[in-house]
Amino acid sequence: MNPLSLCLTFSSLLFAVGLAGALARNNSILVLLGLELMLNAANLNFIAFWRFGPASAPATGVIFAIFSIAVTAAETAVGLALVIALYRHQRGIRLSEATRLKG
Amino acid sequence: MDAPAAHLWLIPALPLLAAGLGSVTPRSGRRFAAGVAIAALLGSLVLSLLALHRALADPAAHLTCNFAWFDLGTGAMRLGWLLDPLNALMGVMVSGVGLLIFIFSLGYMDTDENFTRFFCFLSLFAAAMLGVVMANSLLLLFISWELVGLASYLLIGFWFQKPAAAAAAKKAFITTRIGDLGLLLGLVWLYNSTGSLLLYDGGHGVLEGRVLGALATPALAGGWAASTGISLLIFCGAAGKSGQFPLHVWLPDAMEGPTPVSALIHAATMVAAGVFLIARVYPLVAADQALAAAPVHALTVVAGIGALTALLGAVIAVAQNDLKRVLAYSTVSQLGYMMLALGVGSWVAAIFHLLAHACFKALLFLASGSVIHATHHEQDIRRLGGLRGRMRTTFATFAVGMMALAGVPFLFSGFWSKEAILHAAAAWDVSRLPLYVGLTAVVLTAFYMTRLLCEVFGGAPRSPAADHARESPPVMTVPLLVLAAGAIAFGFLGTPAWPWLQSQLTGAEVPRRSLLEGGGLMAGSIVLVATGLGAGWALYGRRPRAAGAAPDPLAAAAPGLFAFLGAGMRIDALYAATVGRLNRGGAVLADFLDRRVWGGAVGSLGRLGELAGRAYGGVDRRGLNAGFDAVGGRIRGAGRAYSRAQTGEAHGYLRALAIAFVVLAGLILLGGGR
Repeated sequence: MNPLSLCLTFSSLLFAVGLAGALARNNSILVLLGLELMLNAANLNFIAFWRFGPASAPATGVIFAIFSIAVTAAETAVGLALVIALYRHQRGIRLSEATRLKG
Repeated sequence: MDAPAAHLWLIPALPLLAAGLGSVTPRSGRRFAAGVAIAALLGSLVLSLLALHRALADPAAHLTCNFAWFDLGTGAMRLGWLLDPLNALMGVMVSGVGLLIFIFSLGYMDTDENFTRFFCFLSLFAAAMLGVVMANSLLLLFISWELVGLASYLLIGFWFQKPAAAAAAKKAFITTRIGDLGLLLGLVWLYNSTGSLLLYDGGHGVLEGRVLGALATPALAGGWAASTGISLLIFCGAAGKSGQFPLHVWLPDAMEGPTPVSALIHAATMVAAGVFLIARVYPLVAADQALAAAPVHALTVVAGIGALTALLGAVIAVAQNDLKRVLAYSTVSQLGYMMLALGVGSWVAAIFHLLAHACFKALLFLASGSVIHATHHEQDIRRLGGLRGRMRTTFATFAVGMMALAGVPFLFSGFWSKEAILHAAAAWDVSRLPLYVGLTAVVLTAFYMTRLLCEVFGGAPRSPAADHARESPPVMTVPLLVLAAGAIAFGFLGTPAWPWLQSQLTGAEVPRRSLLEGGGLMAGSIVLVATGLGAGWALYGRRPRAAGAAPDPLAAAAPGLFAFLGAGMRIDALYAATVGRLNRGGAVLADFLDRRVWGGAVGSLGRLGELAGRAYGGVDRRGLNAGFDAVGGRIRGAGRAYSRAQTGEAHGYLRALAIAFVVLAGLILLGGGR
């Protein structure tokens, strides 16, 4: 088993953990945590393919990962703001109660 | 511009001011309204006398005062006032006779509740008539002419509660309007030909040599001169106002107005306006006499119409039973005389007769007004009678007027003026017909006036109203006495032995003639007058009518003819059957066209539009609307179905995402990455 496969397997597990967390939790902050885990799995893939894949330009993977982290940070900020707004509206952050957008 | 003429505008302006004041006077201000009207007319009379004095100082001159009314392109429309013996005499006559009639009205209209309105209208009439007389511009004359027509309409219809009076007012207005259309066309033609409507304008006026010479050339097709056409059109207007055949029908009906109005308008002044107009523009009317080759001369037409009217009026007057209608038809006849005199070329004789007639016809009307007032509006001569002893002053003055009208020799003005006309007719070299017609009318006039006098004043009273009649108050009898004096004295101003009036009017010395010159004609007419008087006395005076219902001696002799004449020769019926029926037929045709043809066409167009609308409506509702509704319904259903998926639960969405991801990943893996 080569290092790339190991890394990919690891990141797949990490993604699965994140997905499970996001789906199973009712607390919206914990759902956000699950999302972060899944994003990190993706970042891990960027690094792994850059490090172990065919030769490529120096630091490409790292730059990609850093971009991704920055975007994730912004996304998390929005997510937390949503959580606060949610709290203000319904005095709680349970996702199962936030069904106002029902069609 | 001459100084005396510059003040002439005051003569019509004073009564106009009085009319203005009268129109804002409340109904209770009777004294004020009458006082203002009489004072204003008195002022006009004084001014007219001053003007006459000035005019007689230089009878041949035409003093004018012209002014621009408004600018018109490069020129200006000019109006003006004129002073010469003709219109100064007319002005004195109108304001003098008018003043007496105003005073008479004080008594006659005493009990009428619209007393102030009456005096307002009278003043308006006097102002308009004086405007006609004093105008130097045919346009100004026309304006005043129409105002005279308006005043006449208002006064004939003064008792508009009576349907007959309202109808008579309309009839007078419309009939004279037919003539006035001719007059207006004549003025337009004249203005088009000469560029001026001023009568005298220092050599440029339409009555002065230079312009007349241009008008009297045979410029039109058939050798007609423009002046002939213009003159005939102007004569249309004169015929309408002066009650000439065939436009005379309004004058007898106009007797529905109050009697002072009949005296003022329909005997003395307004109906004389037509004669005055022709005399005023006489140089224009006579201009084509110089053309020997002209197919017809304007004056010949005037003479023919005048003779016809003189005869017609006299014949119809014989068979009238209404006191005022007899006088009305005699007015028609006398106006015919005046036109005849104009036509045979003696406008001086026409004006002489006009002035004399104004005096004695006003007298006759006022005297009959006095009778009507005393008998509480009994106008049927069959139901009067026996008034000689009951109303002595009225009887005496009426007799004077009657003799003046009949032309009783030597003492009365009517004799001299009628003689002047007959002599002029005898001297006419175109035809002898006017002379014979005039002589026939002399007999008839004497006859019907004798009949009238005997029926009204002779015999015994034939109704309670006549039995209880008493003499009218002095305010009514004094004007009668003044007019009677005038009816006698006026004639001596124009006798052949001392032709003062003639020489003043023409502005040249008229040679004196002995009474014996042309004595044969005079003797003949005296015999005819005597015949008429004798026949009238024999039929009506010797054996007075016993009862109101007794038949007229003439009616007993020829009932059909008498009834025919009594109905005014059925000219009204003739007009109703021809012009009236034509008009009605046109109206029916127009109504048919409107209602059926045009209305039908427009209606079917409308129905066609409606049909198309219905069809479009069906297509819209069933086709288009249903199609769009169906599409809309589907979209709404699809939206509803989709909205069911939107549960609003974040987990549900995430779950669907995850399942989709897993399926996608599985498909990619199974496909081996290709």
